[in-house]
Amino acid sequence: MALIAVKKLWKEYGNNVVIEQVNITVEQGEFITIVGTSGCGKTTFLRMLLGIEQPTRGELLLNGKPFPEEPGEDRGIVFQRYSVFPHLTVLKNTMLADELGQSRIIGKLFGDKNKQAADKAKELLESVGLTHALNLYPHELSGGMQQRLAIAQALMKNPRILLLDEPFGALDPGIRADMHELILELWKKTGLTIFMITHDLYESFYLGTRLWVFDKLRLDPDNTNAYGANITYDIPVGKADRTTYEDIDQSLEKSRKVLVK
Amino acid sequence: MKRLMNLNPDVYARAILGALPFILIIVLYIISSQARLAENPRDKLLPSFNSMASTINTMAVHPSKRTGEYTFWNDTSSSLKRLGMGIGVAAIIGLIFGILNGIIPLARANLSPIITIISLIPPLAVLPVLFIVFGLGELSKVVLIAIGITPFIIRDLQAKVLELPKEQLIKAQTLGASTWLVIVRVVLPQILPRLIESVRLSLGAAWLFLIAAEAIASTDGLGYRIFLVRRYLSMDVILPYVAWITLLAFMTDYFLRLISIKAFPWFHATDK
Repeated sequence: MALIAVKKLWKEYGNNVVIEQVNITVEQGEFITIVGTSGCGKTTFLRMLLGIEQPTRGELLLNGKPFPEEPGEDRGIVFQRYSVFPHLTVLKNTMLADELGQSRIIGKLFGDKNKQAADKAKELLESVGLTHALNLYPHELSGGMQQRLAIAQALMKNPRILLLDEPFGALDPGIRADMHELILELWKKTGLTIFMITHDLYESFYLGTRLWVFDKLRLDPDNTNAYGANITYDIPVGKADRTTYEDIDQSLEKSRKVLVK
Repeated sequence: MKRLMNLNPDVYARAILGALPFILIIVLYIISSQARLAENPRDKLLPSFNSMASTINTMAVHPSKRTGEYTFWNDTSSSLKRLGMGIGVAAIIGLIFGILNGIIPLARANLSPIITIISLIPPLAVLPVLFIVFGLGELSKVVLIAIGITPFIIRDLQAKVLELPKEQLIKAQTLGASTWLVIVRVVLPQILPRLIESVRLSLGAAWLFLIAAEAIASTDGLGYRIFLVRRYLSMDVILPYVAWITLLAFMTDYFLRLISIKAFPWFHATDK
């Protein structure tokens, strides 16, 4: 059975159709990159996977059951910003997952359990290259380091699905390349299923196993919300060639001109 | 020559400019006071600094002949006790309901309208009710301060909780936090420094309510004393008392800020 099955999925806000008639399945361990013009429902789709938005029509299934209607431990998330807690140090930020999981009343661990959580967190922080920053607060970290921390924090819970909402959008190109290596390495090691939204078409071709393009097939220039977006390209990234890249780039450009004025 | 808006004073210039109005007021007071006293040595309106000092000296260093208490310190401790209790109660209630309203939509829907309406009731207008219900003792004064500032603190903290990035609350849930755990590990620690800010902002109002309550029904306290000696035109008591209240208010604010900086360094670093 597929990990995630999407059947005839629609998402509307009143007359505003965001997503229309999406049908797709995802297997465990896929790394899906999602591109699309602003307003083409990629973030809405991610929010539905996260559980903070619900489909208007159609089915969105996780292991054959409807998606939970609130965020849960099986789906980790890294946002573009504000993913880490400003009042906790790097180590405490990472340990939080275990503290929340094991201490249901005060959310804090002591003694041996505390040490175990700290050791586990330190190990993860080492794998994202933050060992030197254990006792720093997030405001003392650069943007790239904050995102490394956010990833380590999410992985602490061993989620089956990791959702990345433009995680590297605010980073410098050089740092972004480092982050690409990091995320690929972690993905290979953990066998996670990853969904990553990006604005960068190059990034989406380079990372991942599968590329989705969210775009509007029908577009009314006077009423851009009349028709929803669909997944217009669904291609294994290894097979993508130069022509496909240019095709997608052109089709996105066409929508962008209408949608982003 | 630079534009006026681009001229920035250096440290010394800023200190001098800042001190200037104070010096000006004091000099002006001394000149006027001397002029009036030269004409009438028994003038009570603008007493000299000497006479103010000796009056306060009598009240602070020598026990009162009638009660055996040090009037000045007795007034101060009574007032500070009332103020502290009023603010303490307001802070605790404000913290609980501010967080509840901010994080739980059901609580917000339930409580937000009533709190908004209560916050619009002028507290001094219900002071007679407090006197009738709680009597003329300490309780009614503490309740007045609490009633006066609690709605502000609740609404302020509710807004601050709502300002916390949604991303954080979602992230905490993906890490397995229940509503309760989101409150104790994510919301509460981030709201505490904001509570201190909120209390600092409501100090002025708290003093106002304290002095009003003491002026109307009390047997001691800073506000009581000022309104008592008004009958005898004792400016030599009133002016030092006002200065003392101002100093107390300043120090409370200063220490709250200091505590906040020491206890929540991350808050003040991201604040800037």
